[in-house]
Amino acid sequence: MSKQKIVVVGNGMVGHKFIDNMIQHEAADQYDVITFSEEPRLAYDRVQLSSYFAGATADDLMLTSEGYYQESGVSYVLNDKVVEIKSDENKVVTASGREEAYDKLVLATGSFPFVPPIPGKDQPHCLVYRTIEDLEDITASAKQSKVGVVVGGGLLGLEAANALQNLGLQVHVVEFAPRLMAVQLDEGGGDLLRKKISSLGVQIHTEKNTKEIIDGEECRYRMNFADGSFLETDMILFSAGIRPQDELARQFNIEIGERGGIVVNNFCETSVKDIYAVGECALWNGRIFGLVAPGYTMAKVAASHISGGSEEFTGADMSTKLKLLGVDVASIGDAQGRTPGCLSYVYQDGVADVYKRIIVSEDRTKLLGAVLVGDVEAYGTLQQMCVLGMDLPESPEALILPSVDGGGGAVMGVDALPDAASICSCHDVSKGQICCAVQDGAMTIGDIKSATKAGTGCGGCVALATQVMNSELTKLGVEVNTDLCEHFAHTRQELYHIVRVEKIKSFDDLIEKHGKGLGCDICKPAAASILASCWNDYVLKDEHAGLQDTNDHFMANMQKNGTYSVVPRVAGGEITPDKLIALGQVAKTYNLYTKITGGQRIDLFGAQQHELPLIWKELIDAGFETGHAYGKSLRTVKSCVGSTWCRYGVLDSVGMAIRLEDRYKGLRAPHKIKFGVSGCTRECAEAQSKDVGVIATEHGWSLYLCGNGGMKPRHADLFATGLDDETLITYIDRFLMFYVRTGDRLQRTSVWMDNLDGGLDYLKQVVIDDKLNVCAELESEMAQVVGTYQCEWKTTIEDPEKLKRFRTFVNSDEKDNTVVFVEERSQIRPATDEELVRFVESTESEMA
Amino acid sequence: MSNTNDYSWASVCESADVPSMVGVRALLNGEQVAIFRIKGQLYAVSAIDPFTKMAVLARGIVGDLKGKVVVASPIYKQHFVLEDGSCLEDETVSIKTYPIRESNGKIELAIAEAIAA
Ligand code: SRM
Ligand SMILES: Cc1cc2nc3c(=O)[nH]c(=O)nc-3n(C[C@H](O)[C@H](O)[C@H](O)COP(=O)(O)OP(=O)(O)OC[C@H]3O[C@@H](n4cnc5c(N)ncnc54)[C@H](O)[C@@H]3O)c2cc1C
Ligand code: SF4
Ligand code: FES
Repeated sequence: MSKQKIVVVGNGMVGHKFIDNMIQHEAADQYDVITFSEEPRLAYDRVQLSSYFAGATADDLMLTSEGYYQESGVSYVLNDKVVEIKSDENKVVTASGREEAYDKLVLATGSFPFVPPIPGKDQPHCLVYRTIEDLEDITASAKQSKVGVVVGGGLLGLEAANALQNLGLQVHVVEFAPRLMAVQLDEGGGDLLRKKISSLGVQIHTEKNTKEIIDGEECRYRMNFADGSFLETDMILFSAGIRPQDELARQFNIEIGERGGIVVNNFCETSVKDIYAVGECALWNGRIFGLVAPGYTMAKVAASHISGGSEEFTGADMSTKLKLLGVDVASIGDAQGRTPGCLSYVYQDGVADVYKRIIVSEDRTKLLGAVLVGDVEAYGTLQQMCVLGMDLPESPEALILPSVDGGGGAVMGVDALPDAASICSCHDVSKGQICCAVQDGAMTIGDIKSATKAGTGCGGCVALATQVMNSELTKLGVEVNTDLCEHFAHTRQELYHIVRVEKIKSFDDLIEKHGKGLGCDICKPAAASILASCWNDYVLKDEHAGLQDTNDHFMANMQKNGTYSVVPRVAGGEITPDKLIALGQVAKTYNLYTKITGGQRIDLFGAQQHELPLIWKELIDAGFETGHAYGKSLRTVKSCVGSTWCRYGVLDSVGMAIRLEDRYKGLRAPHKIKFGVSGCTRECAEAQSKDVGVIATEHGWSLYLCGNGGMKPRHADLFATGLDDETLITYIDRFLMFYVRTGDRLQRTSVWMDNLDGGLDYLKQVVIDDKLNVCAELESEMAQVVGTYQCEWKTTIEDPEKLKRFRTFVNSDEKDNTVVFVEERSQIRPATDEELVRFVESTESEMA
Repeated sequence: MSNTNDYSWASVCESADVPSMVGVRALLNGEQVAIFRIKGQLYAVSAIDPFTKMAVLARGIVGDLKGKVVVASPIYKQHFVLEDGSCLEDETVSIKTYPIRESNGKIELAIAEAIAA
């Protein structure tokens, strides 16, 4: 049987999803798929488009890759628009003249931004917001502009306004309707949103009908409005809605809706045999769906129908939850209260700026819709109640009233949701599927993501998915056990709090009051780290010494043969020739293996326990201090050479690296912390792979947080830009102390961030906006740590009692005879097992 | 069970050389012994970690797990019961234990020949 040829016109989000469905299909080998895109690249994540302004690259946004298509046998043609369908010959023709025959044709042409027919709209700085190329144009235009206007105060318009504000423009939003987000919000919600957004410096002009765009006096353009008023601006971004891209279908007699859109039935078939339409170009039941989730469902339905399945598209929930310019907004179901006879409850908090309204059926048994502005915590529950037609609780108002006891009591728990409840709309994952994944062994949200894909789209469902997971784990009797170990029924975070609040200064005191038993190698180092973060005592104080891992105890890193490595601090990687010589001399004296580390410093390996103080005495005399290579604490601040020498450098990255390393050295944390500082965007210090990354720009420092190299690399998130030295340090102080407070045992900042409820935005609120009102505390805690720094090695070599700890044997000056070195490339290395056996045999025969 | 009085004892160090909750290492006829003092009780076990063959056990963290007093190897973190030398993670592995006592301000270990006798 010859293969069926499927041609997909458009490789946007939905076209790609369709192809992915075909690839995953068990009978995938019976189909030949080819896709045409008029864009220069394969499908990318349009939903996350705005993250491009926050530093994401086109590569970051890609949903697929040429390699994946090639491996899966999918052909693709980029940069070539399909211009004709010869439906009588079952062929499409492209702009470049290529013809392609099809057995099935799938139109996934999406939509295009609607630009109102205003005279003067076709000028160079009048732009739209849809593709990566649009974003490049916007960025270029913003560079030459001071003021920007977004035409359209809907969802996309506000997102665009946010983008322009981040590009440093003074932003106006011009809206035809009397309020913002008129489609999704009611009057109360729209008003509050307007108030909040205005307070962020974006000026809102509603009920404005633009008549013409002419040359400006102060700015590049002037927009004249129908009411006689005007506004001057350097650039204009149209975001006045979308129109289905139905031009192909229109020209070739496929049925089109009255106001556009390719008419499809429940199987996504168009009026012409063998031609399907999916995504934003498709009109189902008189409706266009301008969101990605319904498009994905259509992609699934069409793929199923083509391969003989019977899935149907039966409409989609258009509820939305988003953050616009930092304001949480959600709209569910009949948000405007248009259902005849419906009733509504409104909760308004003028102080905290929260607006919530639920619309219920006449008999008060069902939820019809809701609007939430400022506090969207109830979204998950409300959306499910609405979509699934669940019965309302006795007093529906409880759903939106804040709970008095401060707990989340007002919201019905996830337990109330039936198994069919959709948790992740991006990937169509139900509560039941998440529960199954838990039953199959998933224990963390990471497991859930890899097992079900839930949470890997827009990410909006992660909180809800986590709740479902935890509740299912609890039901399975898996205690969602966050106890540190058998000695403490507390999390690290709780212990930290206890130590701070009760001013506990020793492990003995802590375990006596809050734990049981003797402790172990889990809780002791954790407690040691907490005590050190809080009080910064000398780590070898009698009451602390036994808590330390051997590395901290001997202030060196134990190697595979029981010897230690020594890593003095070389702040920022800058070192004088004299110090280099001194390192060489010490290494020579003690015959240590010497290596440049990945952290821009020098590691001396093979030191025996009793040699450590001798080595350190010499290093300290040469001006070195401990490098904490052994501690869960600041390691290195990697730097590039920066503006002092480099022809591209814009700021002194070495100077800043040294300043940061000196400030945070010795800070004990849940895990090790690494920094990087680069002098320009070429990023030679790889700062974006560090817990704290700092990159110089012409406008000041950009701060990146929570990156990681190591086992699971994670790019750091862009946290703030344009910072001066002092603000940079203030933010880092707060960030580090917040991590120290809340991180789990041995949790790097990357994992901490991935588990932080509310993620990056929340962290910004805490660190920049001081949402929790803790910044002053965090800063003073950091000041205390910085102020009490001591070089642990210096303290140690000055104390004869402590030096006794470094004796290899309490009763002999002999060396440890299990330690055997051999020579390789002119340096020592530990003997291998085979070499050891030979060594033991030869010494035994010598003795005999 | 043998009575500690049956052994002949060798003094290895001063009482003050063995702090509480932190191990030290001693040499006894060429064998490396890890000595611990936990809640007043003394323990002596081989200092050699059977998993790596390196003499690191005196440098492990001590504590208790499920009621047994243990030391954790600082290399790969297996736990050894100080009372009998058994390994919690692998029942086929154990380490040698040594009778130990404190006498007249000295720490004493039983001498091997005496045990054999
Ligand atoms: C010496 C060095 C390798 C080298 O020869 O270059 C090294 C050596 C060790 N690394 Fe590393 N890491 C070294 C740079 C790095 C880097 C590169 C960097 O810092 O730029 C990374 C990736 C960056 C990162 O951490 O995000 C790195 C990621 C790790 C990890 C994985 C951490 C993670 O979160 O995935 C571990 C394991 C851990 O910490 O749990 C680790 C652990 C270790 C330990 C401590 C393993 C151990 O317990 O024995 C090694 C012993 C250090 C020692 O001195 O004996 N090392 N390690 C580097 C010391 C840098 C320094 O000057 O202090
Ligand atoms: C800035 C922005 C933010 C958004 N935010 C959200 C959000 O938060 N949540 C949400 O659900 N949705 C959001 N959306 C909407 C979402 O992106 C769309 O619903 C989704 O992309 C629709 O997918 P599609 O495949 O139908 O169309 P598209 O992704 O637009 O893909 C259509 C593709 O077909 C190509 N094409 C068209 N005609 C032809 C032709 N004749 N020949 C060849 N190629 C052709 C187009 O160039 C395009 O590449 C957002 C959209 C934008 C622009
Ligand atoms: S990051 Fe920039 S300043 Fe630093 S070395 Fe590289 S090119 Fe030069
Ligand atoms: S809803 Fe978007 S990722 Fe789950």
